[in-house]
Order: sequence, then structure tokens, then C-alpha cells
Amino acid sequence: MAITLSGDQAIPGPPLSSRLTPAQVWGIILLAPYLLVFLAFVVYPVCYGLWLARAPENYVALYNDPIFARAAVNTLIFLVIGINIKMLIALLLSGFFAQQRTWIKWLSVIFILPWAVPSIPTILSVRFMLNPEWGVINHLIFSFTGDDGPNWLNDPTVALSMAIGVHIWKSLPFWTLILITGRLAISHDLFEAAEVDGASWWQKFRYITWPSMQTLYVTCTLLSMIWTLGDFNSVYLLTGGGPADLTHVLSTLGIRYLRLDQLSLAMASIVCAMPFVLPLVYFMMKRLSR
Amino acid sequence: MKLPGVREFSWREVATEARLLLIGIPVFLWTMIPIYHMFLFAISPKEDAFSGKLWPDHPTLHNFEIVFKQQHYFLRDFYVQFWNSTLIAASVGMLTLFIATAAAFSISRLKVPGGRMVLNLALFTYFIPAAFLAVPMYRTMGNYGLLNNHWALILAMVTIASPYAIWVLKQASDKLPVELDEAAVMDGATTLQIFRLVYLPLMMPSLVAIGTYAVLLAWNEYLYAFLLLSNDREITLPVALGNFLAADDSPWELLMTTGFIYALPPAAVYYAFRRYMVGGLTAGAGKS
Repeated sequence: MAITLSGDQAIPGPPLSSRLTPAQVWGIILLAPYLLVFLAFVVYPVCYGLWLARAPENYVALYNDPIFARAAVNTLIFLVIGINIKMLIALLLSGFFAQQRTWIKWLSVIFILPWAVPSIPTILSVRFMLNPEWGVINHLIFSFTGDDGPNWLNDPTVALSMAIGVHIWKSLPFWTLILITGRLAISHDLFEAAEVDGASWWQKFRYITWPSMQTLYVTCTLLSMIWTLGDFNSVYLLTGGGPADLTHVLSTLGIRYLRLDQLSLAMASIVCAMPFVLPLVYFMMKRLSR
Repeated sequence: MKLPGVREFSWREVATEARLLLIGIPVFLWTMIPIYHMFLFAISPKEDAFSGKLWPDHPTLHNFEIVFKQQHYFLRDFYVQFWNSTLIAASVGMLTLFIATAAAFSISRLKVPGGRMVLNLALFTYFIPAAFLAVPMYRTMGNYGLLNNHWALILAMVTIASPYAIWVLKQASDKLPVELDEAAVMDGATTLQIFRLVYLPLMMPSLVAIGTYAVLLAWNEYLYAFLLLSNDREITLPVALGNFLAADDSPWELLMTTGFIYALPPAAVYYAFRRYMVGGLTAGAGKS
């Protein structure tokens, strides 16, 4: 972009300061606060972090750490399975919430609550519900069957599934809301015409809804994947990475290394995620910065 | 609307309604159960809460009394921590608004050279998962000597909130007609006058949305808060809630009561500004 700008001003001219209009001087002054924040709290930390992670030994240590391999697999499961389930449900619910009913309007107001309230108390609430001795779920199982319920969070597969469930609970409303706006943007005439032609709901979805929503849907899925990489709360507050450090994802693993005072290892584990993150980020930027 | 053959018609209506309810009821339960469970703990004495009852035998506000009178080891700094959360959220809201509005005005209206690149850098930061930036941010704040200081959390949250704020505000200001600025310049207005008298009033709805976004982001933040603050009188409420878990026999009914109190302000703010939030934020995140 800088090239096109200097192209306009390519005539060899007086020094920079006198070439700028007063408005541009103000522009630079008003942009300065953000640039300062960006340099001090993004550029410096990132460079410093990369410098810390420079030694190859770190990557050997990571390679030999079974917890890292497990965390990488868990992260992949979280993203590939968790996010796709979430977005599919959001797509279905966006159709439900687009119905014109008073009670559905009210339900949509309630439905947004998980996103509007902070995650700490609600995730801890779920955590206690799953408590094997005192949690309400196992109390109910006992009163109906007379058997003790399972020790939910003590099984790594169940615990990770529950963490994915908590993540879905928290962020489903947001993505549903966005898909609703996408759905409401579709011209109503199309559906009326399809109605007249006697199209089934599947045909309406297949030939009207999906073609106009697929770009939005894919964008949302990718964006959600990038952000979910940074979802620390769902795993940390529900399982704490346990049992036996088997449910860590990359974001909680980084913090685990940090707390064990292995900062370079923490940075190295993040650097390892970059080959996956950067293409996604690049793709999203191309899409959004048009 | 009453037509002959209304019976047949209404049977179809009932079937549609039933199918909608078949989705609506599970959605309602799914959404409310964790929140209801939290509320249930808040109004239950410890014995009732731990016995898995769906409604306490003796509902009580005693837990709230304990919290508000700070009558428990984990709650001895409740008011200080509540104040810390408030102060930090308000500061982040104001600083983000200031930085982002200035930057968006500069990029979108003044067309500052290199503005496009700054916008792309900001967008790039927006996509870096916050938990990844947390590790180097922690060390950086240590280097700056800001650890355990409120400024560490405020600046970190401003860093995280600004990119999205700039982006949304830039999109919104691109929609304002250029002629407005030109007319103001004709009338002899200076750049700052345009900013103050033309730009800010027109941008109000987006500014409300972004302010709310930044305040909620800061109030709800847990990871950065617990990394950057540790002293009992400096921490924010979510960190204090996390500290409850340190004990083996945590007073969960008090934890849930405090959590309930902590969750109320953001929910209230969200619903109060929902009108702005839905328009302003989905316009940004949902752009395809």
C-alpha cells in the first residue's frame, strides 16, 4: 500500500515534513498511540518470545515430552471435531431462531446468556455438576438406577469431550447470532417462489439457503478455529489439564510450562503451532481486509 | 384470518409448533442448566447444595450475607477485588476507545500514509490467539517492571481489544460521506474540530458498541489477570474465584454466590447495550 501512495508523490520534492499536509500530520499524531501500544506490547513480546525459543534443544525436549504430543492431538480433536459440531448446530439453530414467533424471540434473548456472562463461574458450575460424589448428575443417576455414576472428569476422553461441550455452550450463541444475520439477509422472495413450486425444506436449504450462506459459514468456521486455539478457560477451569496431564491443549500447555518456569519451552510449543495458525490467519486477512 | 377449513389448517400449525418446541425446549434447558445450577448453589445452605437437590429445602440469602460482609477467609478482600475489576474494566474501556477512535479517524478520514499497513498489522494481532500472546506478554511485563501492577493488565487488555476496535470503527467511519469533511474544511474547520464536532457525534453508536466490548472483555478476562496479578489485594474477581479452588474443601456455595454476583454486571451491561452490540459487533465479525 505504501508503494501506491509514494507513487502519487513520486515527483522528487522537498523533504518529507513539508510534503505532508496538516491533516496528515494530525493523522500521524492520532495514529501514534496505537503504534506505541503495538510496538511495546505486540512487536517486542513476539520478538522476545521468538528469541527465547530459538535454541533447537527446546524442540528436541518438546518432541520427547509425551504431554506435548498428547496436547497437539487434543488440540486437533478440539478444532476438527468440536468446532465443526458447533458450527453445524449453529447453522441448524439459526434456521430455528429465524422463525417469526414471539416465544422464539424471547428464547433468543435467553439463549445469548452463556456468551454474555463470564466463563469462570459457569464453567466452575459445570465442573461441580460433574463431581462424582456431590455433583447433581451423579445424584440423579443414583436416585434413578441405584448405581454410582461414573467419575466423569477422571477419564481423559470424557473429560476432553466435556471441555469441548463447555466450549460449545459458551460460544454457540455468538456464532448462531452471526449465522442468523446471514440468513435474514437472504431475500424472502426466493423462499416464496420455492414455496409456490412446492420445494421441500431440504431443497430450500440446498438450493437457496446454503449457496447464499456458504462463504459466511466457512469464514466463521475458520475464525472460530483460530480463536479456539486460544481457548484457555474451557480446558483449564474444567479439567486443569488432568487427569495426569492428558487433556491439555496447546494454550493450557504453554501456561503449564510457564508455571514450571520453562519459558523457552512454552514459547517453543507456541512456535510449533505457527505453521498451522499462520496460513489460517493469512487466509482470514485476505478475506476480511478487502 | 378465520377461514373455512380452519381445523385442518390449525392441525398443521400445531404440528409445526410442536416440532419447533422439540428444538426450543432442549435449547432452553441446555442454556439454563449451568446458570440455574450456579443460582441454586447461591441460595442453598451447604448441606442442600452438596446433596444434589434441584431446589433447596430451605432457600436462603445467607450466602450473599457472608459475601457482602466478607465473613470467609476466601472473601476477606471481596470489595477491594470488586473495585479492582471495575477500575480495570473502566480504564480498558476508555483507553481502548481513545486509541482506537484516534487510529480509525486517522486511517479512514485523514488517509494517513501507511494507514492501510497499520490496519493490516492490527488485524493480524486480532487473529493471534490471546493465550499464545500471554506467554511472551507475561515476561515482557516483567521486563517493564509492571508485574502485579494494575497497569500491566490494563495495557495487556488494551492491546488485545484495540485491533478489533480499530477495525470495526474503521469500517463504520468509511460509511460516513466524504462530503461532510469537505464541507467542514470549506467552513474553515481544523482537523481537530472535524474530529470533535463532526466525527465523534456521528460515530456514537459504534463507539458505544466498542466501549461495551472492551469493558466486557476486560471484566471477563481470567488468563491474563491471573498471570499478571497475584497479590490478594491487587487481583480481580475472576482470579479470586479461581483461588477458591486451591483448598480441598472449597466452600462451593460461596464460590457460586460470588460468581453469581460477578456475572450480573456484564449480563446487565450486555442486555442494556444489546441494540448497539448486535449491530456493531456482528457487522464486524460476520463480514463475509
